[in-house]
Order: sequence, then C-alpha cells, then structure tokens
Amino acid sequence: MTTLDPVAVFRTEADELLETLETTLLDLGEKPQDRALIDTAFRALHTIKGSGAMFGFERVAAFTHDFETAFDLVRQGRVPASLDLVNVALSAKDYIRLLIEDPDGTEPVFGEAILDELGRLVGGAKDGGKASVAPAPSPAPAAPVAAPAPALSEETGWRIGIAFAPEVLRNGTNPLALLDDLRDLGPCTVVPRLDALPGLDALDPEALAIGWDVTLRKAVSREAIEDVFLFSQDEVTLTLTPFDAEAEAPPKAEIPAEAPVAAPVSVVAVVPPTPPKAPPAPEPRAVARRTEERPTSTVRVEAERLDELMDRVGELVIAQARLSQLAGLHSDGGIKTISEEIERLSARLRDTTMSIRMVPIGTLFGRFRRLVHDLSRDLGKPVEFVTDGEDTELDKTMIERLADPLVHLIRNAIDHGIEDPARRAENGKGATGRITLTAEHAGAQVMVSVRDDGAGLDAARIRAKAEEKGLCAPGTVLSDQQVYQFLFAPGFSTAATISALSGRGVGMDVVKKTIEGLRGTIDLTTVPGAGTTVALRLPLTLAIIEGLLIRVGEGRYVVPLSAVEECVELPEGDRAGRGRDFLNIRGALVPFLRLRSLFSAEGEPDPHQKVIIVSVGETRIGLVVDQIIGNHQTVIKSLSKLHADVATFSGASILGDGTAALIIDIGQLVMGNRPDSLQEFQEVA
Amino acid sequence: MTGSVETLEPIAGLQVVMVRIGSETFALDAGMVREIIDPIPATRVAGARAHLNRIVNVRGNVVPLADIRERFGMRPEAATQDTRFVVIEVEIEGDPVVVALVADKVFEVTELQAGTEQRMPKVGTAWRPEFIKSIVKFGDEFVILPDVERILN
Repeated sequence: MTTLDPVAVFRTEADELLETLETTLLDLGEKPQDRALIDTAFRALHTIKGSGAMFGFERVAAFTHDFETAFDLVRQGRVPASLDLVNVALSAKDYIRLLIEDPDGTEPVFGEAILDELGRLVGGAKDGGKASVAPAPSPAPAAPVAAPAPALSEETGWRIGIAFAPEVLRNGTNPLALLDDLRDLGPCTVVPRLDALPGLDALDPEALAIGWDVTLRKAVSREAIEDVFLFSQDEVTLTLTPFDAEAEAPPKAEIPAEAPVAAPVSVVAVVPPTPPKAPPAPEPRAVARRTEERPTSTVRVEAERLDELMDRVGELVIAQARLSQLAGLHSDGGIKTISEEIERLSARLRDTTMSIRMVPIGTLFGRFRRLVHDLSRDLGKPVEFVTDGEDTELDKTMIERLADPLVHLIRNAIDHGIEDPARRAENGKGATGRITLTAEHAGAQVMVSVRDDGAGLDAARIRAKAEEKGLCAPGTVLSDQQVYQFLFAPGFSTAATISALSGRGVGMDVVKKTIEGLRGTIDLTTVPGAGTTVALRLPLTLAIIEGLLIRVGEGRYVVPLSAVEECVELPEGDRAGRGRDFLNIRGALVPFLRLRSLFSAEGEPDPHQKVIIVSVGETRIGLVVDQIIGNHQTVIKSLSKLHADVATFSGASILGDGTAALIIDIGQLVMGNRPDSLQEFQEVA
Repeated sequence: MTGSVETLEPIAGLQVVMVRIGSETFALDAGMVREIIDPIPATRVAGARAHLNRIVNVRGNVVPLADIRERFGMRPEAATQDTRFVVIEVEIEGDPVVVALVADKVFEVTELQAGTEQRMPKVGTAWRPEFIKSIVKFGDEFVILPDVERILN
C-alpha cells in the first residue's frame, strides 16, 4: 500500500456520488415516474452510507441511513417523488456534503430539520394517501427492485448502404478513409457487398467493385453522415435508413413533431420503417445517459501532469520537424524511414494528447441545472432548463474558465431576462420561462450560447443609463448593437433594485474580459418581447492554433485561421500605394493594411503580393503579405512578460526549423491600427 | 567610505559568470544563469523596445533575446565566433521571466572577493546609475555587477 489517504479517497468518491445524486434528483423532478432514476439515487445513497461508515464518517452514515429509509418509500412506489420531496432531498444532499467536508463543524440541527421535513412529506402521504402532486401511475409496490437495464434495449442509429461508382478510385477518393470517418461518428459494423466482385481474371484494380453496408449504432443526424461523403457526392449512392428499436417513450415536449427533411438530390432516401414521426435527430439526454452507463475504466490524473505532457509533446513535435528537415537533406534511406516513422508517431501522439485534454462540455452544463433550479425557486419564476450539444468537446482549461462567465449569464437571463409569471401571462406567454444552453462546433470554433425567452433588452433604458453614467453624450447616434455594448462597461446595471443575485453591475464586464482572455468573442442578439441570446465564440483549445503561415519581408508570421475569410492577389494598380488602400471584393469595399510597412520589413516586396481578407466581428480588412506559405498547426507559446507592450502579436509558435514565428493578433491589428480612411468609411456606411 | 549613502550589497563569496558585452566586462550572478548556448536564429519582433526586439526558441520556449549594448550606449555588433546566448532567469514584477542575453564572450565562473566592490562614480560615465549595482575590482580590471532586472524593464 502506498501512502494514499483513505479518507481523501472516500471524499473524492463521495464527491462523485453526490454529483450523481444531484443530477438524478434534478432529473427526477422532471420525470417523477422514472423508476430507473429512483433506483440510481437510491444506489448512490446506499454507497455513501456504506463507505461513510467504513471510513469513520459516523454522522454521514447515520444521516444517510435515515435519508435512505425515507427514500425507500419512494422506491417502493408508496410515495410519489413530488417536487417538494426533490427539493428536500437536494438540501439533504447538500447537508451530506457539509458533513463530509467538515464532520465536526456542522450543526446537527439542520440535519434534523431536513429529516423532519422529509418524514413529513413521505409520512403524510403514507398515512393519508392523498398524494397531492401525484398523477403518477405508480407501479405496484412490489415492483422488481432492479430496473431492467435500459442501455441495452434502446438502440438507435442508421443502416447505411454505400455503393460507389466504379471509377471512384481513379478520382482519388479513398473509400476506406470515408469508412473510418463514419467510425468516428459512432460504433459501426461494416459488411462488404461482394456480389458484384468479378473473378480474379476480370478484376480491374482501378475499379471499385465492392460496396458496403454499415450499421452505425449512434443517434447522429442525417447531415453528419452525409457530410462524410460531401466530396464524393456525385460518385456514391447512399441509402440511409434510421432504425430505432423499441422507441422508448420520449419525454413529452422534448421532441418536436417535424417530419424528416427531404434528402439532397444525389442521395436516395428511404422512408424509415419505424414510426415515421420520430425524427432521426439525436435526443441528447438519452445519448448522454447511455454513454454514462457504459462501463469504461478511467484514471484520475492531476491536471498539471496533463499540461506537462502537452508541453513535452509540443517540444517533441518541434524536434521531430527539425529531424525530418535534416533527413530530407540526407540520401540515406534508413534515416528517411525512421524520420517518417517518428513523424507519424509524433503526430498521433499529439492528437491523442490533445484528445485527452478535450472534455465534453456536458460536464459543465450539468452544474448549471442546480443553479437554475435554485434560482427559479428563489425568484418565483418557473424556468425550464434545456441544454443541447453536451457532447461538444472543448479543452479542459477552456471549460474550467467558462464556468464563471456562464454562471453570470444564466443568472442574468433568469433575473433580468425572464419576466415573472404575471407579466408573461399579460404578454401571452406560458408561465414557464425557458433557458436554453447550447454548444456547437462552428468551423474551428465552438459556439456556446445562452438564450432566454424573456422580455429582451430595452435599448432605450440602457441608453438612458449610459447617458446618466456619462458613457455617451446625449444625442449621439448609436446603433442598437452599439447601445448593447454598454452592458459590458464596468459597473453598468439597469436593474432598479439590487437583488442578491444580480444588479450590482459587476458581471458582464467580467464575462467580457474572461471571454476575450480565452481568445473568444461575445455576440448579443435580442428580440423585444421574445428574448435575448448571448453567443460566445471560442477557439477549441488554448494550446494549439490552426493558422495560416505567411511571409512578410524576411519574417514569417501566423494568422489565426479562424479570422481568415479568403485570400486574393493584390491587383497591379494597388502595388504601389496610390492614396487609397482598399479593394473591391465582390462589390464591397475592403480596406487593407500593408504589413510590410507595419512591421517595417526590409528588402524588396514580392512582385506578386497577396491580400488575406480577415474579419473581426462585422469589420473586414485585408492584410497585404509577400507570400502565403500554407496551413500551420502548432502549439501556442505565450510571449514573455517583457513583451507586454507589444500589442500586435498575441503569442508565438515554433516552426519546423526551430525558429519562432509570431502570431498576429487580428483584433488588435484591426482596432488599434485603424487608418483614418477606414473609420470615415465606416461612418459613412 | 562613509555610511551616508545606501550601503552596498555584500558580494563576498558571490559566484559570478564573467561575460564581455561590447567593450565592458560584466559579472552575472551565477544563481540566475540557467545555461549558456551557441547562437541560434532569432525572430524580429516589430514594435518591441530596441533592446528586446528579438525572440528565440530555447528548448521549446519562446524567450526574448536581450541585447543590453543599447542600454549602455554601445553600438550593436555582428555575432562572432565567441558570441554566446546566456539564458538567465530574472524576476520581473514578482514573476520569474526567462531571457536570453547576447554576450560577445563568456569567460569563466568565479567567486568574488570581499572588499573589492566600489560604488559607481557619479561623474565620468554616461551610464544610468540604476542599471549598475556596483563595480568590482577583479584582477587588474573593473567589472560591472549589473542590475539585470532594471536594465531589461
């Protein structure tokens, strides 16, 4: 045995169990009849009790025992899992956490009060049988204790028939790579169709004679599958058939009753044999739960070790790039082979290391359910919390740093956004507000948005407040979007009264700072009377940048690919400055900056300079460079503190030859180096 | 010497690395020197201060390449066979910062003797006094004990 502290182990384990308990209880609040949930909660309680007693947490064990006893009545189906019961159970769970964290400093009075309440709720129902909140078709008391394992029966997915045109190989398409892409979507069973395979003598090695039948066991969208074949659309006939064995009764309002959309022309769609009403779109929660229930073995690793691993891999990749450059100069075939082998290995090692750091954002979303639950109770505003895209993966540091901004945004949305039930009724809305938290990939970025269906932002009120605070002069002409930006000013709040939750005016500026620190942007959109959406656009990871490597004079620089819109050749007439530095891009005027003069580059400009069109928010500008070298993916190195005064660059990256290339901070370049013409142009527009 | 001005830091037993930068010899506290490397290609940083206008890759980390000649009013010189980069770690506003220092020649690691230090004369030099901790007699020569933190920032 090592020096592992058993008490610490218990605490970590209990932490996880309590988290499971909380999610389960919250789920139970929405689906009071779900026996599987009740069983999960019960199991979690039972384990906490058992290991608590084992590790000497007597009070935890004692309290949990009483909790469990009361909850057993629910499990037996004698008492319905009412909302009140769930609320008390949640506070009981909080109390257990307190007991574990500080066994001696916690007052037993609270525990007794919770147990009394719990006893009242289950006892009252047992005596009188007047279940107040019980539409529950509660199953017979002696229902089998072990719920049938749901994971095995609920299978949804696609049967995909793939028939390529025979000449597909000649066009450079690799069908096996496409099959691999399908496997990335979810577990697949692939069966080749060999019926068209000719004899060996008639076999044309350049013609593809086999097709495949793939069974994809995951509820992915039709588009996701079609995207795999995006580039070979004309050469393949796809047959997509969703299967949905034993469509489990979906929770009521969650599935919109829309028919599957018509498939694009080149794809043969087959009407699903199963209920045609059930759309093939994934039902996120079911998917999430299934992955949870699949037994996977995990190892806990300290975050610092992961960071260290990432650093080492970054160094390895750089060293490897130098090796391949050297090997390229050698005529020795052996060295070349080894160098290529190492190149392949280090690329895979990098991908694996990256994927270790990627965590589904669902882990973060889960935390907010309790927040919404509590806020909704405290403010007397019934709120439904909907999440989507939980399996979207983000770097773990990003996820950690996103927690606080999202808490602020959700609080704001419930406190300021959603109206109280009375006002909602006046406006013809249902009493229950809705907060939607979604995450989705958008190119090389992830978009996380918080949407409420509340009253929307009041531009006039924000403006009045801004004028009062002296943030803008009365009478200035401002677009609504510009007015909303005042919300991010430090200390800005339009709330008439300060509540415990929000209204102090701290928050939005912190949100903005944090998101900008993560190299992200914030978009605010609002529809009066219909709600507000705050969308955060974030890079997938802080550690790696996908960039465009360019040359300006002798120096090489990296432009973040997420900002690049297109590249064009600098027209002949614009090579020497002619007083106006803007281009005509399909009818739109795009001003440009000459990086050579900006970076005071030496030497002669390249005769065929290129313009990279980048965008920041709504502003598009061109950057004139000498040469576009190509795509470049690498580990980001931050600049030294001594270079804090250099605003044009956000970091550096190490190139294959071991030298450093600076990463251009596009936002800073656009905002900080605005030529006057650009400003005037925008004002006119 | 009178005690009317600030006292000098005791230097007895201080391990230093002797380097030549421009026309002067500097004694760098060995405690802050991490390694001495051969010159490697550097990348120019547009818009940075003149003595910090390049960066280099030192074992996978991007660090500023400092040329302190400019801070002492000396003219820049091309690298020679003897040129080395001295990688040092200094504390800037409470955080450790790694910097590579261009040295025209690195001599030796040695120990300073007690009682050899002298204050910077107030006349006879155009150097900024805050850049220099003290001047030490070493053999027949005077060497400069620089205040690297102040010189860099």
